[in-house]
Amino acid sequence: MDQEKRNQRSIDPATLAMLDRAEAEGLETAWDRHDRQEPQCGFGLLGLCCRNCNMGPCRIDPFGGEPQKGVCGAGADTIVARNLLRAIAAGAAAHSDHGRDIVEALLHASTGQSPDYQVKDRDKLAALAGELDIAVEGRSAEEIAADVAQAALEEFGTRKGTLAFLNRVPEKRRETWSKFGLTPRGIDREIVEVMHRTHIGVDNEYVNLILHGLRTALSDGWGGSMWATELSDVLFGTPEPVEGVSNLGVLQENEVNIIVHGHEPTLSEMIVAAARDPELLELAQSKGAEGINVCGMCCTGNELLMRHGVPVAGNFLQQELAIITGAVEAMVVDVQCIMPALTSLADCYHTEIISTSPKAKFPGAKHVPFEEEKALQIAGEIVKIAVEGYPKRNPERVFIPKEKMEFVAGFSVEAILSALGGSLDPLLDAIKEGSIKGIAGIVGCNNPKITHDHGHVTLTEELIKADILVVETGCTAIASAKRGLLLPEAAQKAGPGLRAVCEALKIPPVLHMGSCVDISRILVVAAAVANALGVDISELPLAGAAPEWMSEKAVSIGSYVIGSGIFTVLGTVPQVLGSENVAALLTEGANDVIGAAFAVETDPLKAAVLIVEHISDKRSKLGLP
Amino acid sequence: MKGNIVVDLEKCLGCHSCEIACAVEHSRSKELFQAVAERPRPQKRVIVEGCGGSNLPLQCRHCEDAPCVRVCPTGALVKEEIEGVVLLHDHLCIGCKWCVLACPFGVIVAAPDDKVMIKCDLCQERAKAGRLPACVESCPTGALQLASTAQLAGTKRREFLVEYLQDR
Ligand code: SF4
Repeated sequence: MDQEKRNQRSIDPATLAMLDRAEAEGLETAWDRHDRQEPQCGFGLLGLCCRNCNMGPCRIDPFGGEPQKGVCGAGADTIVARNLLRAIAAGAAAHSDHGRDIVEALLHASTGQSPDYQVKDRDKLAALAGELDIAVEGRSAEEIAADVAQAALEEFGTRKGTLAFLNRVPEKRRETWSKFGLTPRGIDREIVEVMHRTHIGVDNEYVNLILHGLRTALSDGWGGSMWATELSDVLFGTPEPVEGVSNLGVLQENEVNIIVHGHEPTLSEMIVAAARDPELLELAQSKGAEGINVCGMCCTGNELLMRHGVPVAGNFLQQELAIITGAVEAMVVDVQCIMPALTSLADCYHTEIISTSPKAKFPGAKHVPFEEEKALQIAGEIVKIAVEGYPKRNPERVFIPKEKMEFVAGFSVEAILSALGGSLDPLLDAIKEGSIKGIAGIVGCNNPKITHDHGHVTLTEELIKADILVVETGCTAIASAKRGLLLPEAAQKAGPGLRAVCEALKIPPVLHMGSCVDISRILVVAAAVANALGVDISELPLAGAAPEWMSEKAVSIGSYVIGSGIFTVLGTVPQVLGSENVAALLTEGANDVIGAAFAVETDPLKAAVLIVEHISDKRSKLGLP
Repeated sequence: MKGNIVVDLEKCLGCHSCEIACAVEHSRSKELFQAVAERPRPQKRVIVEGCGGSNLPLQCRHCEDAPCVRVCPTGALVKEEIEGVVLLHDHLCIGCKWCVLACPFGVIVAAPDDKVMIKCDLCQERAKAGRLPACVESCPTGALQLASTAQLAGTKRREFLVEYLQDR
């Protein structure tokens, strides 16, 4: 591969070293497969292909020629809007089904059905119970947890009309939602309604479709995702600032390496516990290993690092590279963002891919069904498989890049409040007097269409330079971790105002707030700031960005972020440009409805300019310097 | 390379990717997301026709003794000496459409404003940069190839031979 092409793939030295290694070993990665897909289908890129019925598939000519209508008569606006809605529904479903699993885990913990799980954060449980009007006085944690879990389950079906966490939403925002029919009525209900409306011959009006898409996304942000976050905190502890290490260099040459990859914390928490079992440690030693090293990847990694400081081996595009190190005994996966490519790649090494969820099987993987009732026991079995694989490791094929970087993570809303001394006031004051100009949430995936980590890191660095406090989750946060931006010392890279605030509070200029469902934490902060100032979220100097997004979950996230009133810059082009009307609605018209819209900008330097301008515009409208 | 576009009928799935790639190549920006917003709209020079379950992407055959060149009253259509490409110089085109009458394949079409004609130029800009025509590069199944007559004949001979030997 020529140097220029190689260097366009990533800015992360560990990743580049592994890409060289992959090439030398003749192994393909997502970047190679992306090259082979080029040029990609124009109808698909523009969202102009409809497969919603069997009179089709139909396509619309993007250059104004024939055909301009599908067999049913749907034109570009309808087809593009329907496709967008289905992506939102898939993304909202993924987050919310993850949320449901956490709710059920809490329910089973409360009834004693899954004894390995207990309520870890009683204060948070009590606070939630208070919010939900559930009695706490004189009741055990289990009794309260059972009621909270039941109330949460209720949210999915909705027999009561609206979601519980709407009480957190500023009043002006709620009024806007109710005016335009955006108030989410139930988590599952909105998703089902997307599928209904996008069936042939139902909703054909693109504005009406997109309004419902926003409502569905809001049921994710203020529903499914928020429940996932809140109840994960109850079960596994609310994150507090914690130190850890990131990047592929966290893999250990002389230890059994287990990577937990995927999204839900239920299993991975148990793997971390099982790996500390003295019997298994002894077994590892008898196999010649010095220990058992559990590392995270993607959002499972984020869940674990937020609560335990478990090392994180990398973000989405590094999952294949981890296997190519030849030093991973087992990659244990649950759901979401796990490349189907892993199993055939693992065949080239001693690595076992161990799937655990009944929802996600992988041809060629070892399937060890995870049951909450026997969680720790099953986690132990999984760790044992990894330990027993250690002697099969071929030391000659081991190549672990040396790069690793320390980070501080764990900034839940509670942790931020406590860093601020118990109240939002110091933050509000800093924003008012302008030492902090605003807050930007940068989130999302990796995508071979954008130089790996370049979008995340460049945008983050530019914004902190402009005195904008950055909060991150997901693969963005891992990119920043690897770059050293999650360290208090990174304040030196910030503008003078932000730097002074960070140094006074001893916090990094970039706050890691968790996994992708934890973007709900960002919503909570935004709402709290708006409530404290008595304004709508859309009036605040806030912005969102997803510089390297790829998944349908990101489509839902982007939609609930603008639905919540926050301007959002997308770093890869969404599949909507086949309809000028839909594109205009999302990038301009939405401002008149919900006070926020999308922008699309693939160059992170230009995206930073858009965000800085937006924030200064919002400041001047609020009369702030 | 001097060659022409050849189609493998069995491989064409009728996805129309070649049409999009062709229009993008003949746009100002040469980039899909910008091209769809350009006015006048970029136009394709290849048309996928279907008949009896088969699909056939049709474009100019760049005939040796091109009827369109012979009938063109203004000299807008020319057969290039070196590469053998039939080119349309649209500043000379008066939109008389004699070429449409003369072309046996129906692959010269009018621009949307009906004022000038448009046709395949075998992606001259790309050719100068040593790149394949856009339609060839875009075809996901490899149904479109750029091949010289000698290459085409060679492939045909091999196919014939394999079939002949199998049947014996
Ligand atoms: S729903 Fe309409 S546009 Fe879609 S495949 Fe069916 S006929 Fe075609």
